[in-house]
Order: sequence, then C-alpha cells, then structure tokens
Amino acid sequence: MTYLADVFALTRKDLRVELRGRDTLPAMLLFVLATLVVFHFALPEGSSDDAAYGLLWVAIVFTALLGLARAWVPEQEHGVLDGLVLAPCDRSAIWLGKTIATLTFLLAAQALALPVFVLFFQPLSTAALAGVLLADVGICSVGSLMSAMAVAGRSREVLLPLLVLPLAIPLVVGGVGAAISEESGRFLLFLLLYDAVFAVLSWASFEYVVTE
Amino acid sequence: MIRGRGLEKRYGRKRVLSGVDVAVPAGGFVTVTGPNGSGKTTLLRLVAGLATPTRGDLVVGVERASIGYLAHEPLVYRELTAAENLDLFGRLYRITERRERIGMLLERFSLWEARNERVSTYSRGMTQRLALCRTLLHDPELLVLDEPYSALDEAGASVLDSELEGLAGSRTVVVATHDPDRLAALRTGALALA
Repeated sequence: MTYLADVFALTRKDLRVELRGRDTLPAMLLFVLATLVVFHFALPEGSSDDAAYGLLWVAIVFTALLGLARAWVPEQEHGVLDGLVLAPCDRSAIWLGKTIATLTFLLAAQALALPVFVLFFQPLSTAALAGVLLADVGICSVGSLMSAMAVAGRSREVLLPLLVLPLAIPLVVGGVGAAISEESGRFLLFLLLYDAVFAVLSWASFEYVVTE
Repeated sequence: MIRGRGLEKRYGRKRVLSGVDVAVPAGGFVTVTGPNGSGKTTLLRLVAGLATPTRGDLVVGVERASIGYLAHEPLVYRELTAAENLDLFGRLYRITERRERIGMLLERFSLWEARNERVSTYSRGMTQRLALCRTLLHDPELLVLDEPYSALDEAGASVLDSELEGLAGSRTVVVATHDPDRLAALRTGALALA
C-alpha cells in the first residue's frame, strides 16, 4: 500500500506541475492536431485506408515523443531528481508515477486526435482503438525510462528519438496490424506481451538509470 | 559514522577528487573548505550516496532515509508551492505528523506567509530557506550541507546559525563552506581540499 501511495503522490505531483506550467499538454494537443490537418491535405484523394492508419501512427508516435521529451524537465530544473532519489521510497515508484502521468497526457492528446482522425479519414474499429491504448502503455513505459536516460545528457532532444524510435517500431507494427489485419487479436496479444515485457524491464532497471 | 580512505572520483578522464581521506564520528561537525573546483560538492555527493567513488572505500553508517542533503540547487519543484513541495517529500519520507512538522519549519524559516505561493515566484533567498526546510524535514541523523549560507540574508543566516547550534552534537554534520569561521564554535573537525 505504501508503494501505491508513493506512486499516487508522484503522479498527482506531475499532473499538478503540468496544470500549473502548461508546458507539455498544450504542445502535444497542437502538434497532433496540426499533424492530422497536414496529413489530411497531403494524402491524395482515393488513397487506401491502410495509408491513413499509417499516418495516424506517425502522429501518435511523434506526439508521444514530444511529451516524453518534456517528461523529466521539472526534475532536471532545480535538481529535484536528486531529492527524489535520496527519499526512502522504492525508486521504481518514481518511474511508475512518471509513466502514469505521461500516459495521461498522451490519452488527453488522443481524446482530441482520434475524433479528428475519424472526421478527416475513416472510423476506427474497436480493435484499432484497443491497439492504440495498448501501444500507449508500451511507449510510455519504455519512453519514460529512455527519457530519464536522455535528460541526464546535454543533447536530450537528439538522444531521445534515437533511443525511443527503434523501440517503438514493434508498437507501430502491432498497432497498424491490429487496425488493418483480419487477425487483429494476434496483434493485440503481441502488443500486450510487449507492454508486459518492457514495463517489467523498465520498472526493474530504473534504479540503475538514476543512480551511478 | 563516515569513514573514507583514498577517495577518488573521475568523470570520464577528468579527475575531480583525488586521494581524500575523511573520518567523521557520530555527532561530529566537520567543515569542508577549498577553492572552486577542488571537489567539495563531489565529496558531499559521495557522502550523501548520490555518487560512488571511482577508487577508494567509503562507509556511511546511516540509511538513505536518515540523510538530509542540501545541494547547490534547492531540489524543489518550481511550479509547486512551498507547502506542496514539503508535503510531497514528507509523504515520501513517511513522516508522521507531517503537517505539524511542515508548519513548524515554515514558521521557523519565515516562509509561513508565503507557503501557498509557487516556488517560481520566490527570491533566491526564500528558495534557499525552503531548501533548508526540505533538508531538515525528516529530522535526519546526518546532514550534508553544500554552501548552506548561500543567498541567505542576515536574518535567514541567523536562523540557520541557531538551527545548526541546536543540531550540533546530536546530529552528524558535514558542511562545505567558503566561510568556515562562521561555524568555528560548532566545528569538531575540518577538511581542506586543495
């Protein structure tokens, strides 16, 4: 229970910091909206539905990257991460709190993006929606860890995409597959497996990322 | 309490600390002095457990939960208020009667009136006083203070003087400072880094 209380306190702190600073969510909302508008005009008329799904995933992955790039900035300012690392709570709670907060921002961005996608392109099936949700969990889990690694360096903006994009490829494969394949269940299972494996790996390795 | 022999710390090829021996008994009050770049902050980070020595042995005889670390930076969130910052750390440190403890520290460091204002609106001195509140919040056995008087006005410095007087003897204190004379009456040992 103490662990969950720590995670709750850390998540609430992240949401509060974002509500006050408004550094991340407005940028994610504007980015995903602008991207879908550009894709709407860029995609030739009569293009296949599969192409539209591909563009949706481009928008989702880069919107997530935008959120992840800002994820640890409040901790970097004023050196707060040192303070959190010194606290006697389990250090993985810091990662879990950040992952839940980042996931919340991504879901909020998608609450705007998905209706806009339906308006501009085509309806989303239940399997496609489930694929998006499962991929969100995966990209936020692994992305929070990679973002913590990148924030320690000087070239965070360059390093983060290099770390996250290769790891996001299976998520895009699974997400697009769930949307367009007749065997969407297999792709959803694949995404579920990815989430489980990478969430456990990130949870277990966070301590080594934030300590020497 | 603290025993270190032949401590060396490198970041890549750069050696920031070399051949340092340190011994601080429980209840000791040690000042660490030296010019800029001599490794004071690095030594304090080693003692606080935020870094590990590249060479040498270091034993710090307290748990992580019993260390109070004051850094150059205040280690608080700019977008949260003083009360919210202390409440967060109070929860993470599992402090019983958290509100009373927070209220007492905020009163003592003259931040009670500004407790609901965001740290981003604070002056440098107020932020330093809040950082001291955060450091003392969990009543640590070992205090590791890096330039604690930095940015404090005379009133803030006097509060810190009396706070350290109260802690001297009952707590182990390691202070990096450019003004060791201020702490001469409390000091039980000194370490000068070259």
